[in-house]
Amino acid sequence: MPTREPPAPRLHRAGPLPADLARRLYRLMLTARMLDTEAIALQRQGVFPAYVSLRGQEAAQVGSAAAMDPERDFAFPTYREMAVALTLGVDMVGYLASHRALWHGGLYNPLTSRFAPINAVVGGPVPHAVGWALGERLAGRTGVAVSYFGDGASSEGDVHEAMNLAGVLNAPVVFVCQNNRWALSVPNERQIAGGSVAARAAGYGMPGVTVDGDDLAAVHEATRTALERARAGGGPTLIEALTYRANPHSTSDDTSRYRDPAEERAWADRDPLLRARAAMEASGAADAAFFAAAEAECRAAAERIRDGVSAAPEPPGTDLFDHVFREPAPHLAAQRRVWEEEVR
Amino acid sequence: MRDALNRALDTALAEDPATLVFGEDVGRLGGVFRVTDGLQRRHGADRVFDTPIAESGIVGLAVGLAMNGWRPVPEIQFDGFAYPAVDQIVNQMARMHYRSRGAAPMPITLRVPSFGGIQAPEHHGESLEALFAHVPGLRVAAPADPLDAYHLLLQSIRCEDPVVFLEPKARYWDRAPLPEDGWAAAPAPPMGAGRVVRAGRHATLVAWGAMVRRCLRAAELAAEDGVDLEVVDLRWLKPLDADTVAASAARTRRAVVVHEAPLTAGLGGEVAALITERAFRDLAAPVQRVTGFDVPYPAGPLEPQYLPTVDRILFAVQRTLEY
Repeated sequence: MPTREPPAPRLHRAGPLPADLARRLYRLMLTARMLDTEAIALQRQGVFPAYVSLRGQEAAQVGSAAAMDPERDFAFPTYREMAVALTLGVDMVGYLASHRALWHGGLYNPLTSRFAPINAVVGGPVPHAVGWALGERLAGRTGVAVSYFGDGASSEGDVHEAMNLAGVLNAPVVFVCQNNRWALSVPNERQIAGGSVAARAAGYGMPGVTVDGDDLAAVHEATRTALERARAGGGPTLIEALTYRANPHSTSDDTSRYRDPAEERAWADRDPLLRARAAMEASGAADAAFFAAAEAECRAAAERIRDGVSAAPEPPGTDLFDHVFREPAPHLAAQRRVWEEEVR
Repeated sequence: MRDALNRALDTALAEDPATLVFGEDVGRLGGVFRVTDGLQRRHGADRVFDTPIAESGIVGLAVGLAMNGWRPVPEIQFDGFAYPAVDQIVNQMARMHYRSRGAAPMPITLRVPSFGGIQAPEHHGESLEALFAHVPGLRVAAPADPLDAYHLLLQSIRCEDPVVFLEPKARYWDRAPLPEDGWAAAPAPPMGAGRVVRAGRHATLVAWGAMVRRCLRAAELAAEDGVDLEVVDLRWLKPLDADTVAASAARTRRAVVVHEAPLTAGLGGEVAALITERAFRDLAAPVQRVTGFDVPYPAGPLEPQYLPTVDRILFAVQRTLEY
């Protein structure tokens, strides 16, 4: 009996972005890079207990999120999607408040931001995206859910259940796997049997697209195509953006225990910011004056957000009890009285 | 009770177009226990639909749907299969409202056919109430008879918070008489309220689900010997009606908690502690517990020896009376 080979995912390519779009996205990538650097500094200064860097994944995040319609689409992140939040216009002080440990999930409003609360169970939010997307279809609306997760999460059962559900339910959802090569200390070859997340899409009845995750235009184009397909009733798409986590998993991690320094040096040559800049220079989308101005503007924006999150007040103690239930709960009322009398 | 649950689902689907019923086999088949029988025909395959066998995915779908303004009523086919969905229930459904500081509504009612007594295969008869009652952000309900099943399920679906709704499988075939003028005409109990199902003077039995009927049987037998037992049905296991339980124990001065789940760290310990905290000076004897044993749920022939028997309930009553 002949065995059926999984179809080889195609590597999505694209021409240069329109100049104004390229300039806007470059500024977002640069702001994310600078804010990431500020966040690491805040951790070193003891303001953040910990931080997870997205350095190296700016093109994968900005390129995909910029294809979304923030009026009607909805992003479901895990915890390394800071540049997605920035691109969607999420209140970044509220976003980083989670890393300052002011509130799990962040201090922004996820429903008005169209960006779900930060979630540390990496496969957990993926079925939420499918449910949200199904809700759009049932309501006759045209919004699309975009589910962000990494190569590590792709091993979790919830991701498989979610993709199968999306296929069966024809849900308008785009799965964006940022394959940054390292699930904490575990490399792709120990994480993904068969070597490709996108190749799995065939088994769920959806297109699987592999894209150079450090190529801003290619990521943007692949996501735009998948969103259009979902919006038109074509169902889900899985995009695997091949990128690299340039920094450790978190500020508590030490890559020297598991990564070859030569690999980290090699990444520097394909830094998505340098590549975006080179592409813009080649297409004439921007000149030296633009890059100088962007540098100053983005630094100022990152510093403003940094100062905002550093100065943000701690939540009041009553927040312990205020958001557990929507309806009255006598046991919590009693425990709140204990807190008021004995702790406050 | 199946009819009562079916009517409650039918009512909920009719009164709020945001209500959705889904899970394994709930559509064309009408559920393996027929609780959802006819609902797809009446309300359409968009609102009552089958899903793949994916418990975690089913609850995860509900979380996303709730974030998008829907009122999901997913079903886990059997209690033991709620375990594969524990992350979605505990880390996601129970916390999304808190995580989002109240922005994301979570009006989900997760129906779980629960408990033993029907000689089912492994994983088809488990008592999960203590597990879910322990989780902040969840409400837990367990009806004991048809009329209550109707009211409690409607209350759960209308509730703005996530509810784990444990249906006692052993009572699905209960055809208790109903009010002459129909289901909806019977007044609904206050949300969260337990109830005294039988008044008595000598000791209080506290139970929920199928064990309420067993306690009532024990009370009938005890009455023949002149022992007058009060029976309290908790109905809501989280938050539970501490006032009703403590008041009854204070009145009768003796209490026995009866549940199907294993003894250690079971909800019986919670009930015993609250009675001690609230009614210590009124008690004439320590609170007794009659429960399943700390063993995996047994196969059919051993089930009657695992579940609290009427005899064991009466032995416990005897111990408290003789204390």
